Amino acid sequence: MVIRSKTFRESYYEDIKLFQTVWIRVWIFLFLILLATLPLWGNPYVIYLINLSCIAVVAALGLNLLIGYTGQISLAHAAFIAIGAYTTAILSSKVGLPFWACLFASGGVAAAIGFGLGIPCLRLKGLYLAMATMSFGVVLENVLITWDKLTGGVRGINVAKISLFGYPLDSDSKIYYFLLVITVLVILGIKNLVRTRVGRAFIAIRDRDIAAEVMGVNITAYKVMAFTISSFVAGIAGGMYGYTMGYIHPEHFTLLLSIQYLAMIIVGGLGTILGSIFGAVFIILVPELIKGIARFSELLIPALKGKYNEEWNIAAFGLLIMIFLIFEAGGLHGIWGRIKTSFKNWPYTY
Amino acid sequence: MDQLEIKNLTLAFGGIVALHQVTMKIRKGEIHAVIGPNGAGKTSLFNCISGVYKPMEGDIRYEENSILHKKPHQIASLGIARTFQNIELFRHMNVIDNLLLGRHHRFRSGPLSGVFFWGRALREEIKHRRKVEEVIDFLEIEKVRKKTVGTLPYGIQKRVELGRALSMEPKILLLDEPTSGMNVEETEDIARFVLDIKEELEVTVIMVEHDIAMVMDIADWITVLNFGSKIAEGTPFEIQTNPKVIEAYLGEGS
Amino acid sequence: MTSGFLYFMQLFASGIAVGCLYALIALGFVLIIKATDILNFAHGEIIMISAMICYFLMAKYQFSFLTAVLITIVIAALMGVLTERLVLRPMLGEPIFAVVMITIGLSIFLRSLAGITFGHDNYVFPSPFPKEPIHLAGITLSMTQIWVMVSTALLVIIFFIFFKYSRMGLAMRGTADDQETALLMGISTKRVFAMVWGIAFVTAAIAGISLANVMVVNIGLTFTAISAFPAIILGGLESIPGAIIGGLVIGVIENLVGGYLDQAIGGGVKDVTPFVVLFLILMIKPYGLFGKEEIERV
Repeated sequence: MVIRSKTFRESYYEDIKLFQTVWIRVWIFLFLILLATLPLWGNPYVIYLINLSCIAVVAALGLNLLIGYTGQISLAHAAFIAIGAYTTAILSSKVGLPFWACLFASGGVAAAIGFGLGIPCLRLKGLYLAMATMSFGVVLENVLITWDKLTGGVRGINVAKISLFGYPLDSDSKIYYFLLVITVLVILGIKNLVRTRVGRAFIAIRDRDIAAEVMGVNITAYKVMAFTISSFVAGIAGGMYGYTMGYIHPEHFTLLLSIQYLAMIIVGGLGTILGSIFGAVFIILVPELIKGIARFSELLIPALKGKYNEEWNIAAFGLLIMIFLIFEAGGLHGIWGRIKTSFKNWPYTY
Repeated sequence: MDQLEIKNLTLAFGGIVALHQVTMKIRKGEIHAVIGPNGAGKTSLFNCISGVYKPMEGDIRYEENSILHKKPHQIASLGIARTFQNIELFRHMNVIDNLLLGRHHRFRSGPLSGVFFWGRALREEIKHRRKVEEVIDFLEIEKVRKKTVGTLPYGIQKRVELGRALSMEPKILLLDEPTSGMNVEETEDIARFVLDIKEELEVTVIMVEHDIAMVMDIADWITVLNFGSKIAEGTPFEIQTNPKVIEAYLGEGS
Repeated sequence: MTSGFLYFMQLFASGIAVGCLYALIALGFVLIIKATDILNFAHGEIIMISAMICYFLMAKYQFSFLTAVLITIVIAALMGVLTERLVLRPMLGEPIFAVVMITIGLSIFLRSLAGITFGHDNYVFPSPFPKEPIHLAGITLSMTQIWVMVSTALLVIIFFIFFKYSRMGLAMRGTADDQETALLMGISTKRVFAMVWGIAFVTAAIAGISLANVMVVNIGLTFTAISAFPAIILGGLESIPGAIIGGLVIGVIENLVGGYLDQAIGGGVKDVTPFVVLFLILMIKPYGLFGKEEIERV
């Protein structure tokens, strides 16, 4: 038997495979088993958090595709998530469509509107693009509130439960699997997209758009494509959110949410798939972490008892973003890369 | 048939005239050099051909069809590739990806195939990867193919940019100062590559250059620009002995 | 004068008054952008915090209006210098994206800190201006509105003179143009930056105090800053007169739309008008009305 001293790639296919070594596949397999069995032995609150994380991961991936890969800053992401959520809500409760139709429609409607936004925004860059998308977001938020015949306005709107082959998913644990499957599919899809022609075109537009155009990339088409795909994914995340919460309200989709997603991908790592996942999970879990620390310090120092409230969470969140950016420009993904390299090089530190 | 024909091209930025009534003919398979002092309009000429600048007057005809109003990416699909004076590589990608981007217009797969990767997208990735490896072999840059382009030394970056243009499988290659910043050895390497491109790959080369010795060695035809106007054209020998050119650019005693 | 014309003029005048508020807020943004290229997302929080501080100085500690305003301005200036030193200095040289994100983080931090310190109640500012409005040629304006317009005009004149004629003003313009050359010329960029942020925060304080006189004081004041974005873009990011004009134009348009269209289309149109205007401007002029286009050479 031949023992390999290194990973050799003997065909171009092996070079571009997603999971390059056996070990990666083993680890991912084990991780998936862990996730799959979690509802059996895990804390229900953890299940709820993972549900929220799945939604955040999907939306963050969409946003990173637009901002991290294609370099188009958008503050309208919450608006597209809202469009998806409301489409699902209306189609499921008022029209009674099954979940797969609702989700697909959510993505589709969001994509169509994203397409509509991308076209006028073609000439804009940087801060101006951020402002234009922000305006769109603010106007849409207003529309959600004022067009109450369609959206229920400030009363919000209910989302019907998903029915899987006649079996209703009416608890956090049941919807957990549903969300996980969609999340994994979206991660795979975007990871694939990014390593093909379209992904490369996106990065080229971000790095040097004039040169990209001279190389044959139709910048107009691809910029609009980036907006459309990003909005499609956001719409799906919105649908997921609707089904998970059971009830949506315009206040769930403010400019603050767009900023939160921006934080996710910056802290996680712009332009990376893993970064989007890390960032999303991190931002969802940080408030919980702080709550835990607060509760812990309350036990240690009884004088602090009662002083804690939700707002400390948010303060710490803001502080964390600042500290993160001052010390680590690559985000969580950068830190992950450094950990991996140090593992590979151990015991050599250089 | 002239492969590329430039007729009375005039380009102005506000009050500054970059090109004035420039007329040139490029024959298929030749190495055509464009020389002249700095600011003569050479890069502007290239930018017009690529479609980045829109001239005020004149026409550019490629294989008898006007490409004046085409967008840059359309001109690229027609078979005109170029390199840039200041390297315009995609710094965060590796060499292979940069070259694969040169093949962008030959791909047929779109976002849907991309997402469902394992069918058409995969086949195309492999097919084009093979082509790109041929270019890598041709330019002898195998060692750096997985390196991020931003980390490579200047000379290698220039070669990668040449590779990216070649990956387009162009019919005409525009080289904007391919040897700027290079020493004698590197310049000779580039000269050898340019000759190989002409002979093996049968690509027409239009070259903006300041290294006159190299130009005189390998060019088939030379056009001289000064202050946006063409002041002379001809074979290397004719240009070397042309008094207008000597006065404007080459200097006495060349 | 016909009542239709009077109605229009009334809307116009109130629009100018509101526009001055937008202009004041926009001024603070543009000052920092002009000097450092940074869009300070925390500006709204400074406005709100200044309003809060002034309110509490008057309501809880019984300071007179003038004293409270002075103390608030000093505190704001100090906050500006501190922010520059602690938060922005470490980020010198980082990509602009990261720096803007840090101001976002700062805004979140400050907003929640303010919520914890000041609470989420609505406070009514003890306005020193008489309630009786003034009637001028058929148009009614409150004393507060007049004060806002006067103080904005004064500030503009002061800034104009400052930037054009004073040494510090020149130093700021030089640093904004080319940091390295300014350094070589012996200008202490550290001091310039500290001053710029201090002055910008003082502008925010004045805006905040003005707003406090006109609306309810609560945490929500932070969002007024976002309403000034259209003014900044309209005026072109780097122009101080542009910011003022932009603010006035947005104020007038907003009021006119509110006065004429609100009944027809239904409430809420007035609030989003600045953003619709912003979007439309960007469609026609991608770099704002007076902005400079960035030219890339290949």
